[in-house]
Amino acid sequence: MQIKMSGISKAFGPVKVLEGVDFALQAGEIHALMGENGAGKSTLMKILCGVYQADAGSIEVDGHAVQIRSTTDSEHLGIAIIHQELNLIPQLSVMENMFLAREPRRFGVIDSGRMREEARRWLALVGATQIDPDGEAGKLSIGQQQMVEIAKALSLNAQVLIMDEPTAALTEREIEKLFGIMTDLKAKGVAIVYVSHRMEEIFRICDKISVLRDGQFVGERVIAETGFDEIVRLMVGRELGDRFPKREVEIGAVRLAVSDLADQGNIAGIGFEVRAGEVLGIAGLMGAGRSEILKTLFGVNRRTHGEVSLDGQPLTARTPSQAIAAGVGFVTEDRKSQGLVLGMSVRENATLVHLAQYAHGGVVNGRSESEAVARLVDELHIRTRDAELDVKSLSGGNQQKVVFAKWLAKPPKVLLLDEPTRGVDVGGKAEIYHIINRLAAAGVAIVMVSSELPEVLAMSDRILVMHQGRQAGIFDAASATQETIMTAATGNN
Amino acid sequence: MTPQQKATLQKLGPFLALLLVCAGLAFMSPDFLSVGNLMNVLRQVSINALIAFGMTLVILLGGIDLSVGSILALASVFTAMMMRAGYDPILATLVGVLSGAVMGCVNGLVVAKGKVAPFIATLGMMTVLRGLSLVFSNGSPITGFQSDFFSMLGGGYLAGLVPIPVVWTLLMFALFWFVLKKTVFGRHVYATGGNAEAAMLSGVKTNRVQIGVYTISGAMAAMAGMVLTSRLNSAQPTAGMGYELDAIAAVVLGGTSLAGGRGWIFGTLVGVLLIGVLNNGLNLLGVSSFYQQVIKGSVILLAVLLDRSGKK
Ligand SMILES: Nc1ncnc2c1ncn2[C@@H]1O[C@H](COP(=O)(O)OP(=O)(O)OP(=O)(O)O)[C@@H](O)[C@H]1O
Ligand SMILES: [Mg+2]
Repeated sequence: MQIKMSGISKAFGPVKVLEGVDFALQAGEIHALMGENGAGKSTLMKILCGVYQADAGSIEVDGHAVQIRSTTDSEHLGIAIIHQELNLIPQLSVMENMFLAREPRRFGVIDSGRMREEARRWLALVGATQIDPDGEAGKLSIGQQQMVEIAKALSLNAQVLIMDEPTAALTEREIEKLFGIMTDLKAKGVAIVYVSHRMEEIFRICDKISVLRDGQFVGERVIAETGFDEIVRLMVGRELGDRFPKREVEIGAVRLAVSDLADQGNIAGIGFEVRAGEVLGIAGLMGAGRSEILKTLFGVNRRTHGEVSLDGQPLTARTPSQAIAAGVGFVTEDRKSQGLVLGMSVRENATLVHLAQYAHGGVVNGRSESEAVARLVDELHIRTRDAELDVKSLSGGNQQKVVFAKWLAKPPKVLLLDEPTRGVDVGGKAEIYHIINRLAAAGVAIVMVSSELPEVLAMSDRILVMHQGRQAGIFDAASATQETIMTAATGNN
Repeated sequence: MTPQQKATLQKLGPFLALLLVCAGLAFMSPDFLSVGNLMNVLRQVSINALIAFGMTLVILLGGIDLSVGSILALASVFTAMMMRAGYDPILATLVGVLSGAVMGCVNGLVVAKGKVAPFIATLGMMTVLRGLSLVFSNGSPITGFQSDFFSMLGGGYLAGLVPIPVVWTLLMFALFWFVLKKTVFGRHVYATGGNAEAAMLSGVKTNRVQIGVYTISGAMAAMAGMVLTSRLNSAQPTAGMGYELDAIAAVVLGGTSLAGGRGWIFGTLVGVLLIGVLNNGLNLLGVSSFYQQVIKGSVILLAVLLDRSGKK
């Protein structure tokens, strides 16, 4: 199947998000759609699958003009999408989510037996055999939810598959599996649109790249004939400095010391130290207990064993507010459910943690709050017309920067980062790395969980690798390689 | 029209509806716009207003408080019993309001610590507290207390023109507006209602926010009870039945979302007035009370439908 979108324009109110964008997709190709956060990638794809309607422009399928007015229309055309934001209904089971509104039936009633079987088959195909089709979707980790979304999209047997940052929450092993599936689909003539901010992936798996900048189409390239620098130039419109800026920091005294830490069954025997100005990376496969370490330190999960001290004082926080008071900050993994109050403005979200900073006797000083927010928006290059807009109107990457901004109003002693650059574009990532470096230089001890190995390797001083809830080892980042990390993470020592 | 202007217009929708209804009534009944009648309307709505202000906070949290009518009754019974026993009326009034706060606090504890759904928690409390007011009053109204201070609470006038309950209502309106708009607590109410998990992870003590909000709602209901008892010059153990529904209707009419996280106190004031004006106008026009219900219900449905359709 062949798709041609021409002259697509779309505005939300006065904001032009897409202006005359052309996009062509051939059967049997994996086509990367690149662009900075807010460039309009998700919007373009939502138009293709009927979530939004274009204000102008046309869509042709195999040479015939079509109108795609709803997601039902696009499904009939054989177009399936994995949305950037997870869309599972938390109270329903995994299989109910997968077959929502197309449940297999027998004599008019839902045939759960067949549904379970089908769900299991598709989950096995993506290598997610550990996910129970009857389990509640809301109980799964973000990565697992993403796997369910992928299995669901595959089960539609679509001719065109749109993947909007499907790997943002996945680790190496799942990604390998996914790439294998994508290659198979491609061989069967399925056309795939692939949106990702992970550059390495694009060059590994894709055939072509189309680039959007500020809602305009700036070019299409064949992968074999282009390179990292050209793509970045197309995306950003200028040269980008170092992808991973160097950090010149004097490493200080031990700030965070953890010994023999355990929670209620996810992790045990965790011990490490982080010094002032140091970044400790935490790597591991999905479900290895990386986030659990952070959650236990932050008082979200209950600590059942072990000692934690901060600047020599025992850290006994049993709630997040106590942890924050002790000087711990936590950039959470899932911005939609844990990081942001979507119905509140950028300003209100950015100051949620340290609102007391701008208040006297419980009364907020609107001026100093707004000034601080203006500074943060500026410092982090958060793209928003107005900090008074709902945070949900921002693009994914910019939302992520707002989550980061929450903790910067008053630098903590220890900052825990869980996938801090998830969904952030190359430029934005570099900005966040600069911020991490600046915090480190100011003496903050940083613990960073990340699924992106190049990021962990480049940004950490040392790397703690997790395997099935245990610590498989701590490696010096300077001498570690992707292979050593992966070997430890898979338990082959 | 920019989205912001549109949003503002949308927000002012209930206000425009109020003006429209007022204009219509003024046209149909010349008495409506007289100062006497307007003050009368304001006094009539003040009880619902006081309850609805507290209810706004509860609904902003995504909760609901069905127990306000019972709190109103029990607090009134306490105050009346104290006054009849010869205690100072000012003290009795304060104790009444405080008892309402305590009852609200119990609601909050059950919801926040006991993790009981607000609908069920406050439904249970509604029944328990109603039963207690019947127990303490022996099922009959408590009368026979003489106090200038206390009768002023519901029946007095400021400068011979503005009824005291109206003054109270306006003061409370200003206070609630300030709290929601300008204080850390107000911001935490919106955040907890919008996304409790994110708020908690940002260090908001969401349990405390919940307990605080239900406590306030209880105190406001008790305050409304003082006004009512003063007006009637007796405390009725069956007072306030169904008041929770009027308060909820006013809050929702004012554009506050039952899902929590979105809404404002000005809207609630407008919602209260809209209901009050309708009651008054339909009376003035001599519409039968059967039809009054039909009309009132329809207006509520229509207003909320318009509000929703605009939000899509
Ligand atoms: N529903 C909406 N209402 C208003 N503005 C919107 C809406 N959806 C998107 N936008 C705006 O449109 C622009 C493009 O957003 P889009 O989500 O398409 O970006 P993107 O390229 O997918 O970015 P990212 O890489 O961060 O996911 C952004 O500026 C965003 O703020
Ligand atoms: Mg996007």
